[in-house]
Parts: sequence; structure tokens; C-alpha cells
Amino acid sequence: MDRAEVDKRIRTLIEPFNQKDVSIEDATSFTDDLEFDSLTVMDFVAAIEDEFDIIISMNQQAEIENYGQLVDAVLILTGKG
Amino acid sequence: MPDTAGQPGQATDLFSRFDDIIALRDGLLDSGVEDPFGLVMERVLSPTVAICNGRETILLGTYNYMGMTFDPDVVKAGKDALEQFGSGTTGSRVLNGTYVGHRDVEDALRDFYAMDHAMVFSTGYQANLGIISTIAGKGDYVVLDIDSHASIWDGCKMGDAEVVPFKHNDIGAMERRLRRIPEGAGKLVVLEGVYSMLGDIAPLKEMISVAKAHGAMVLVDEAHSMGFIGPNGRGVAEEQGVLDQVDFVIGTFSKSVGTVGGFCVSNHPKFEVLRLVCRPYVFTASLPPSVVATAATSIRKLMDAQDKRQHLWANSRTLHKGLKDTGFQLGTDDTQSAIISVIMPDLERGAAMWEALLHEGLYVNLARPPATPANMTLLRCSLCAEHSAEQVETIIGMFERAGKTTGIIG
Repeated sequence: MDRAEVDKRIRTLIEPFNQKDVSIEDATSFTDDLEFDSLTVMDFVAAIEDEFDIIISMNQQAEIENYGQLVDAVLILTGKG
Repeated sequence: MPDTAGQPGQATDLFSRFDDIIALRDGLLDSGVEDPFGLVMERVLSPTVAICNGRETILLGTYNYMGMTFDPDVVKAGKDALEQFGSGTTGSRVLNGTYVGHRDVEDALRDFYAMDHAMVFSTGYQANLGIISTIAGKGDYVVLDIDSHASIWDGCKMGDAEVVPFKHNDIGAMERRLRRIPEGAGKLVVLEGVYSMLGDIAPLKEMISVAKAHGAMVLVDEAHSMGFIGPNGRGVAEEQGVLDQVDFVIGTFSKSVGTVGGFCVSNHPKFEVLRLVCRPYVFTASLPPSVVATAATSIRKLMDAQDKRQHLWANSRTLHKGLKDTGFQLGTDDTQSAIISVIMPDLERGAAMWEALLHEGLYVNLARPPATPANMTLLRCSLCAEHSAEQVETIIGMFERAGKTTGIIG
């Protein structure tokens, strides 16, 4: 699984959470652009964890501010980064 | 103060981060309601009645579940200790702050839970903060319910472990997270017996079985169950028959015990080392002699309080049914604990309902985000074994009138 594949799968997962149809770029911020609150973050993280069978601890989440960083983190956690 | 953030040479007001909450509070008070977070009890007549704003008020939001605060034996023990040992210890438990009373209350806890070790902290908050941050270190994983109490979250934040939350009471979500933890890492699962916001209980039997199957240690916070859930009042884990599989029980003196303080009980053979390495235990003054004396007396009386327990459960069931029948939306479908949580449509109407109840002569807790799950506004009622059956009927009538006045029920 390369970065493009991870990107594609996360893009599909984010759809139900992207209520305002914000255009998703690597620099898209979860708090500022997508306006995720803590509950949304938990549900979204759970969806990604289940899709890729990984854990993204809250400590790791604190380092992830935008979409591109998330894709990179998932790539590393799945052992492909 | 003008917003000068980011301008060169201008100081940034650190308090600007609180602007949203200041605006929220101002908005609420501008609407004319009484400050729900600034109530003063002018006199306290009993565990269930106080004078607030000159008005006699039934207390239905105190967590004083077993009504021990005015128990004559408890009050006498406190007075005696105050006279014999003075007003405070002025010291840490590991220096000059351990008196015979501190040892006595730890003995009472060991007897109450039938466990080998008991460690008393100055508050329940510090018990969670201290135990969680100390036992789970770098490279370990803390797996916890997303609706955990602030003291549990703060314990996680203070420690160095990886923090992994799961959806409230979701056994599958917890299992999937435990399964993905790297081989060899230490694991601590943190659960609560009763979750205080909605008053619902955890499926501890199933969750602890899953935790143990994955080699995790288990900590259960039984703050809201001590004294009346389980055959000996040891909590939800006892009620579900799994207390022997719990590694650490966290509890508090500020609910059923009727004073202040926190504790952890455990059968872990190395438990006593925590007295040397747990910073929220070491670097704070110990509880005053009067407090530990009242706690020890109260805990021993709670061991033999079957009648009070039954009355508390009867009160809880009556109130739950009464409010449900009146048309209120409640946090649980059935009575699971002594907390009955009434769901409000929003903060504004919740505050209006809270004030209407206060004018009726009833005090409940108003709870709002971020303390509440799913951004709910709640009116939380906690029953007391000292509420009379008549008081509970009066309370239901007050809810009905206030609910109609504020338009929350039809």
C-alpha cells in the first residue's frame, strides 16, 4: 500500500465527517478547516483505526494537525512509510 | 482589554483563551437566570435540606448517597479527633502527616473491601491522578472509556504512557484497541463502575474478562457506587462478581462516606511502593485528623447499612419512574444507580429549568459541555438514603411544575 492508496482510503472515510464539503488538501486542518470537535475526532480516528487495523494514540493525534500529516502517520503505522 | 495578540511589543493577554467561555457565561447571566455555578448554601440543616437564598431547599445534587454527613457517630468522631489531634497535620503522609487516624482509615478500607492494601489520598481527584500517572509509564498503554472522569484524563495527561480511548461502554471497541497494542507493551484498562453524567453502569464483567484475556491490568473507579451497589457495597465490580479480577479500585470519601479524600485499594504484592513514588501522594499535605476520623467511622458504619441501601434504591426507582412518567427524557431507560440524569434540550432551557426548580425549593446539578457526553445539557439528580419517601414525591411534583413553566414538558 503506497501513499496514494492510503490517501484514497482516508478520503473515503472522511466523507461522512466532512459536513461542510470542505475541499481536502494535504494542508487542510482538522480543527480550523474541517471544524472537528473532540467527539468527531474520536469517531473519525476510530474509523481509521478499524480500516487500517492500527492504533493512533492521543499522544500521536496531538502531532497531527492537517490531512497530509494524517496520511503520513497512517503510512508509517501500517509499516509502509 | 483590546485584543493586541500578535502585535509586536504588545503583551498577549493569556486570558484571551477563555473569551468563549466568558461570553457563554455572560450570555447566560444576561438572560436573567441565577448563576447555576455560584449557589451558596447559607445553612445546612441535614443531608437533604439546606437554606439557599433564604429559602428552604431540598438537596438533590450532593452525591451524599448514604447521608452520613450528619450521622451522630461520624460527627462525634470528627469532634474528638479535632480536640485530640488538632486542626491539621501540616505535612505529607511520608513525613509528619501520618497520624494514627490515617492508619485507622486505611485499616477500615482494607476491611471494607477485604483487600490487602489501602492508600489514602487528600482527594479522589488526586487518587486517580496519582495512581494512573505513576503505574503506567513510557511505552505502556492506557486504554480508557471516552466518558471517563476529568481526574482519569488528567492522570493520563500527567503520565508518559500512550493514551487510547474507546467509545463509551463499547466492549468491541475496547477489544480492538487492546488487540492492536504492540507485543510486550504494558497495558492498563481504566473503567468506571457508574458513569456520573448519565448515571449508567459499565458491563464490567465482560470488559474485565476481555482486558484480562489481553494481559491488561484493570483499574476501576467506583466513586459513585461505594456503600450501596454490590452485596457489601463494594461497587459495580462486586455486584457483577468480578471484584477479584480488579487490580486497583479507586474511590472517594466525598460521596457515600460523607467527607473528603480519595483512596486506592489493591491486592498487588508490591502496592506499598506507591507511597514512595506517587507524587500526588507524596507532595501534598495529608488529610486533617478530623476528616480521617469521620471517614473511618463512616466506612465502618457503611459495612452494615442494608436498610439504608434498600431505601436509597427505593428512592432512586421512585424518582426515575416518576420523572419518566411525567414526560422527562432520562439518561438511562431503567434505574442503574442513585444518579437520575434529566436531559435538557439546550443550555439556555436547562439553566431556566434549573432556576425554576430552585424557586420551587429544589437543588439539582446543572451539567454542561465539555463535562457531559455528546454535548448534552443535563440536570443531574443524586438521591440520598436520608430522603424520605414523601420528599421524593414532593420532588416529582416540583419537576412537573417547573417543567411545565419552562415548556420542557407539555
